[in-house]
Amino acid sequence: MTQFLSAADLRHAIELKAAHPDATLIAGGTDVMVGLNFGHRQESRLIDISRVAELREWSRDGDTVRLGAGVPYTRIVEELGGELPGLARAARTIGSAQIRNRATVGGNLGTASPAGDALPPLLAARASVEVASSRGTRAVPAREFFTGPGRSVLETDEIVTSVRLPVAAGPQQFAKLGPRNAMVIAVASVALTLDPEHRRVGCSAGSAAPTPVAAAEAEEFAAAELDWTGGELPAPVLARFGGLVAGATSPIDDLRGSAGYRRHAVAVLARRTLTWAWQELWRS
Amino acid sequence: MTMTQPLTADGVGASARRPDADAKVRGDFAYSSDLWHDAMAWGATVRSPHPHARVVSVDASAALALPGVHAGLTAADVPGVNRYGLEKRDQPVLAEDVVRYVGEPVAVVAADTPELARRAAGLVEVAYEPLPALTDPERALESPALHEGGNLVRHLRIRRGALARADVVVTGEYEVGMQDQAFLGPESCLAVPAEEGVELYCSTQWLHIDQDQLAGCLALPKEHVRLTLSGVGGAFGGREDLSVQAHACLLALRLGRPVKMSYGREESFAGHVHRHPARMRYEHGATRDGRLLYVKADILLDGGAYASTSAAVTGNAACFATGPYEVPAVEIDCRSVYTNNPPAGAMRGFGAVQVCFGHESQMDKLAAALGMDPVELRLRNAVSTGSTMATGQRVEGPAPVAELLRRVADRPLPPPAADDPRLLPGGTSNSTRADRLVRGVGYGLSVKNICKSAGYDDYGTARVRLFAHEGEAVAEVHTAAAEVGQGLVTVQAQIARTELEVARVTILPADTEVGDAGTSSASRQTWMSGGAVRAACLAVRARLLERAAALLGEPAGALTIGGGAVTSSARSITLAELLAEGDVDETAVFRHRFTEALDPETGQGDAHVAYAFAAHRAVVDVDPELGSVRVVEIACAQDVGRAINPVAVEGQMHGGIAQGLGLAVMEEIRLRDGRILNPSFTDYLIPTTMDMPPTVLDILELPRPDSPYGLTGVGEPPLLSAPAAIAAAIRDAVGPAAAAALDRIPMTPEAVATAVLDA
Repeated sequence: MTQFLSAADLRHAIELKAAHPDATLIAGGTDVMVGLNFGHRQESRLIDISRVAELREWSRDGDTVRLGAGVPYTRIVEELGGELPGLARAARTIGSAQIRNRATVGGNLGTASPAGDALPPLLAARASVEVASSRGTRAVPAREFFTGPGRSVLETDEIVTSVRLPVAAGPQQFAKLGPRNAMVIAVASVALTLDPEHRRVGCSAGSAAPTPVAAAEAEEFAAAELDWTGGELPAPVLARFGGLVAGATSPIDDLRGSAGYRRHAVAVLARRTLTWAWQELWRS
Repeated sequence: MTMTQPLTADGVGASARRPDADAKVRGDFAYSSDLWHDAMAWGATVRSPHPHARVVSVDASAALALPGVHAGLTAADVPGVNRYGLEKRDQPVLAEDVVRYVGEPVAVVAADTPELARRAAGLVEVAYEPLPALTDPERALESPALHEGGNLVRHLRIRRGALARADVVVTGEYEVGMQDQAFLGPESCLAVPAEEGVELYCSTQWLHIDQDQLAGCLALPKEHVRLTLSGVGGAFGGREDLSVQAHACLLALRLGRPVKMSYGREESFAGHVHRHPARMRYEHGATRDGRLLYVKADILLDGGAYASTSAAVTGNAACFATGPYEVPAVEIDCRSVYTNNPPAGAMRGFGAVQVCFGHESQMDKLAAALGMDPVELRLRNAVSTGSTMATGQRVEGPAPVAELLRRVADRPLPPPAADDPRLLPGGTSNSTRADRLVRGVGYGLSVKNICKSAGYDDYGTARVRLFAHEGEAVAEVHTAAAEVGQGLVTVQAQIARTELEVARVTILPADTEVGDAGTSSASRQTWMSGGAVRAACLAVRARLLERAAALLGEPAGALTIGGGAVTSSARSITLAELLAEGDVDETAVFRHRFTEALDPETGQGDAHVAYAFAAHRAVVDVDPELGSVRVVEIACAQDVGRAINPVAVEGQMHGGIAQGLGLAVMEEIRLRDGRILNPSFTDYLIPTTMDMPPTVLDILELPRPDSPYGLTGVGEPPLLSAPAAIAAAIRDAVGPAAAAALDRIPMTPEAVATAVLDA
């Protein structure tokens, strides 16, 4: 039997998690319930945090958005398309309308699947993840949050409370490849951000390594090679950029795609997202 | 003769509304998974984790030690013959000394709750001694026998004419993956012990064949195994074989308590047969002006661990291997074999789908080799009434193959892709733009038999009772025919309204208290059970007229029925008055014409009742770099003889196209060492609304001379050539160099992208 504990507010949730570090947090339940129903996971204890109001809010503080871990994707699509276009684009690709109504960024972070669609935009935007426990709070850069498939730096008594993301300083793209035109787990995905003022590029790939990965070398290459005064995007730069992003991945062969196809797809999506973001930058 | 306006609306030819439509749309309809009995226990199944193993021992003591667990049964507890099967009773209800596929049932348990039953199943200890697994069908014939008599299920040879020297020869090898029926209502039933025997409420395609097999397994006389159809959530062939039925009955009879069984999605993948994966080698020879001279085909079907319907599927794949074309000479070899893969069996299209991908791929290849338009090549070779099929059978009845193809080919093409992400490959995944796409157009033509073939004495039975209720005549129709979602209940009522000219018709639940209806498959049920309902109605009508004749003092031939009354030249008497002296109750059996078995040496013979034909045109957009595909539009033209319910026919066409689209680009059960790697709708993908394109339907009604109302079966044809047309469109889009490598369906994005990269 599974014990089901319902947290009334954030403090209560933190207390419950401290008292039961083995317990699994459940908010939207779109991942946890599938695991339970398929018998792939047994849980002795679930802590329901879907009623914790503090987690279901977002706010803007200057150039930063603080996004509560429990804000469902539907709201991100509807409310944050202006501030966080990359994340909102990724949110649009997640599951079905029903899933988007329930699923949360906190869930993607907690599950730590390399295929979590919301994760590459967090890495590309250099977001930081806020976690809390009875010992206090800390912020972890999204790029340092994951340690392996299903693994993160989260301690057993910690809860992801929010994500801090910079308000988009330029175009942001997200593209995903799957074998169906909706409701599909990514075979590969790429998130990309441009910050023309600081001449910075952010780029991250999903489903192509044990964790979502930032393509640091590709970011630096593009930042240096792009003609930030408004020039064309030379084909060799695009090709090299795609290659570098693919080079940052370490995909495996599995049911959903071979390593080679994933690497190829990451390169293609990297070139495309950079192209589209660049076009958007100079259209405006 | 003047046509009288029918008394009622919603007769034959009307798009009568389904009686279950509102409940299904609202979510109120009770499917078999909703069955409930206050006293019921829940059954669960212990399944083999090995593709092939000796069963050393089964020990349920740990499970039985749990409070609330009431039974743990093994093969030793099967009171009758521990075998079932549709063609050959070769499949154990519960495994004895050997398991032959991953998921084969070994034991069943019953407990107070479903959770407890599942836990108990996990506690049953089975000791296995793994044996080498045969998972490559190509190696089946040289491998140790999995069944007595070897690993060949059936080899059908068709030989006709002499292979002539051809100006142009094209060869090809093609593969079709294993498709799942993916019905949305998983297997479930409720077995209730009765004073004598057992009552079973279940979803199935054929109540009487379940009854027959269950009686044998349970060692009960057939009349003590009474079945009632419960709400069926789709079938598509996957409910022809037994699944939960025998297990639930065994447990219920052992406990003397109702037992419910209900699979989850993952278990459902192990719980029913799938479409036969096929490997096909073809050679087509033709004259320079595009006349087919011969076709050679060598087809291998993986039948999996048990026979199920493999022999009949083999027959169909062989009979339709050349497609709806005139071919003077054929040399066809089609084999099905046993392996340690999950059993394959019936699925919509039944062997004709696989070979359609083969023969249509060949026709495109031949057109390319001849430098001829693929539509023109097909038109030059299409069969028509009077043509001879590969089996030597003459095509009787309408065969408007060329007309069907012209109709889809003449449709205007849809406009080019625009930048609406919902209409691009990848959909809202934002992976492409319109300027990165290439468009392709492809065609498919198909033929399949309607009704059962090869000498099978097939029939349907219907009982129709006409009685008076509150001054009005009411018709009650009773058959054992399974409503599996196709709309049979609607059609039966339409026929009764038309034949008896009554407004009120009640369709009784299908059960085994009435005679056999045969199976809801082979696109036969409207023909066969519809024919039986019509025959029973005609018998009721004759009895009514006899009664009226006696009362009115005029010969029956001078009377007419209509407007709720029987009328003579002078007088009229209402049906309610006529029925006052008692109900009229008639049972009729309807048979189609006899067919013959194929000659075992030459495969020649008049084996089929009727042929149905369909044509598809697919338009696709392909993102060649990523390989993703969006099907832009499917046009389908089909001859249905007579549309008994036009909206239901359209529904069959939409559904068939969707299922064909799934096979074309995404649906495949993936196996490794006999184990299903993707037993969930997360990884076994079926088309969503974002994948399903607009359809352009063209329904021809050329009445057959030999069927009720001139109808022909409609369920399977709209699927048959949809995959072939989509595959052809993808090849057309990516160009000939990449197309050469696209010889397998489903054509996944990875396969398409790889073909483009390698070209």
